[in-house]
Amino acid sequence: MRGYTEKIIRVDLTNKTIKIEKLNMDYAKEYIGGRGLATKYLYEEIDPQIDPLSPENKLIFMTGPVTGTNATCAGRFNVVAKAPLTGTIGAANSGGYFGPELKFAGYDGIIFEGKANSPVYLHINDDLVELKDASHVWGKDVFETTDILLSENEEDAKVACIGPAGEKLVLFAAVMNDKDRAAGRSGLGAVMGSKNLKAVVVKGTKGLSVANPMQFNKAVANAREKVTSHAVTGTGGGLATYGTEILVNILNEMHAFPTNNWQASRFEEAEKISGEYLTENYLVRNKACFACPIGCGRTIRIPDGKYKGIVGGPEYEAGWSYGASCGISDLNEINKANHVCNMLGLDPITMGATIACAMELFEKGYISKEDLDGEELRFGDALSIMKLTEKTGYRQGFGDKLALGSYRLAEMYGHPELSMTVKKQEMPAYDGRAIQGMGLSYATSNRGGCHVRGYVTSTEVLGIPMKTDPLSTEGKPALLKLFQDLTALVDSSDICLFTTFAIGLPEVSGMLRGATGFEFTDEEMLKIGERIWNLEKLFNIEAGLTREDDMLPPRLLKEPVTSGPSKGKVTELQTMLDEYYQVRGWDEYGVPTEEKLNELSISSRRLAEAF
Amino acid sequence: MSKGLVVSPDKCTGCRTCELACSYSKSDAFNPKDSAISVLFYEDVGLRVPMMCMQCDEPHCVKVCVVNALSKDEKTGVVNYDKEKCIGCKMCISACPFGNMTYSIRLKEVIKCDLCKGDPQCVKMCNYGALQYKELDSTLDKRKIIANQFKEAFGEGAK
Repeated sequence: MRGYTEKIIRVDLTNKTIKIEKLNMDYAKEYIGGRGLATKYLYEEIDPQIDPLSPENKLIFMTGPVTGTNATCAGRFNVVAKAPLTGTIGAANSGGYFGPELKFAGYDGIIFEGKANSPVYLHINDDLVELKDASHVWGKDVFETTDILLSENEEDAKVACIGPAGEKLVLFAAVMNDKDRAAGRSGLGAVMGSKNLKAVVVKGTKGLSVANPMQFNKAVANAREKVTSHAVTGTGGGLATYGTEILVNILNEMHAFPTNNWQASRFEEAEKISGEYLTENYLVRNKACFACPIGCGRTIRIPDGKYKGIVGGPEYEAGWSYGASCGISDLNEINKANHVCNMLGLDPITMGATIACAMELFEKGYISKEDLDGEELRFGDALSIMKLTEKTGYRQGFGDKLALGSYRLAEMYGHPELSMTVKKQEMPAYDGRAIQGMGLSYATSNRGGCHVRGYVTSTEVLGIPMKTDPLSTEGKPALLKLFQDLTALVDSSDICLFTTFAIGLPEVSGMLRGATGFEFTDEEMLKIGERIWNLEKLFNIEAGLTREDDMLPPRLLKEPVTSGPSKGKVTELQTMLDEYYQVRGWDEYGVPTEEKLNELSISSRRLAEAF
Repeated sequence: MSKGLVVSPDKCTGCRTCELACSYSKSDAFNPKDSAISVLFYEDVGLRVPMMCMQCDEPHCVKVCVVNALSKDEKTGVVNYDKEKCIGCKMCISACPFGNMTYSIRLKEVIKCDLCKGDPQCVKMCNYGALQYKELDSTLDKRKIIANQFKEAFGEGAK
């Protein structure tokens, strides 16, 4: 074994058959693992035009070659399927302990096909792989489900599951694991629900070894030294001290913190939803995912109400979506709503942003009080968010409409322009007008509005590894391409993206080479990232997306920022987009050229037919 | 004086890198099930507790070992395990009052903390200081914290 266990589980839910297959090592060499490898399997095995919630879709869990080792923050796994929210490739990754446990059981990944005729879950204990009845946990929340399935199987197993939101096909339902970690975006929980698959329970007792231990140990020690000594990721650093919410005050001060559904770019009361405030008032202690020295996760206290107790705290994005984006500064209510997302299995970014959109629709008179089950809904209504999140997870009342995400909601009421989405997925907490590179990043993200497909905030705001001018468009397309390609590689290793504040291509490549024995140069590794990005793009094109979909909401293109250093700015998208396509080696419609595909050794069977 | 592992559960983030460091140094594989240290989770109170052999002064495991595979090194304080002598009877696992002896069915041997010959790998990989390797009678950390509170309450200038 060399990083990979070289085995995957294929589950046909329709016929209830399970096969253990050899991992396709040709795919692994070209796409490494996690996001890339799962996308390759999906691209080869499904027609991108299918209905994401039909049995024809496949749901793939995939780890990377370093998952389960002590490589820095390498405890992640990816969930990949065609996404119901966006109709694009859907890929979301998560930390916790589930991914490593799957490796310890002896598998790199699982492919689910078809649809079970009644609720089931997959139970894995090393060589034992079986489908079991899940009707007794169907309808139960993520926490209850996890506890019940652990009590019925091995108590030290790990569980990935959906909550009621996934069962009821909420379009932004998450796949949850270890209770409060989420493969959150793209609505993959709904794909799981559409297959009547409630959970995966896994226990593993097998060891993992690497191809070149000496080389691997050296690479890990080097990466670890850099990660643990960096100001952001290091011991006592920003992420350890304040969690991801450390960004609140930073983004707010530069007027890049979207407020009231992006009508403003600065939130007067940001301090009250900041990492500093969370730490002082609610933090119990830090929490880390598997093999992570950073520990940015927050274990917090909810002091009152029906969810009183010790729970997982909100990340920057969730704190923003329920906070500034809804004009809400009551962090206690935000913490509760975030916890409800974990319990019901929802993506808090889309949830909060969809409520924000509903608030604007109501304030502008496009939604009536009757539509809202008899209640008003205004920016700043702190008591609304937990209730609406519950209603969405169970699809009760107005929650049934919120369950479609903000684009379909706003469209239903005749104002799709008020949905702050790209490809129908909500953009997170960085204003693309104040940070031009992020504007382009959102527009071109292969999974729709998203910050972690090309996190140029790193250079644009934080100056890591160097500072770029966030108001300038110059050089941004090339910068973004580099970030996107490197991120695709990192996500396919299943190393946490946060490590890349401190380490880059050489360190990531070094750990991968040591683990796999693949003798790729750093440049060849980056090429793998580019190959993954292009394959995802091909998937989207074949699913029917065009240049028109690489588009930002009109608010970012037509309504200038009203305050701060970027006052008067809109996102200068079209200029950057043309250049971006050129830098990518794509034609003016955003389609990868034959030359580019050949350069990347991508065989695009269906596109060849289309030409 | 002997050094030992001191655990501060309140500092543990639950990253379990100690489990990896241990199993990787004892075998050539990453496997928490073959680690002498385990992190136990109590998420309802937000606590994670790393557990490993306490190197008892009067080790029950040594007492029940009929082939002398386990022995207490009086100089270092470590309870050592000799794989060659071990017959795999697993009596030591039953005898340990803390459950800190593990038997690996894969390696066919007892997994037990030996403080890595004075260089514990788990401590090296613990970024939050939940595991420390130090002289057991030197620093009185907890007493110091309380004493500091007295200092603040009664020190010069304090009201």
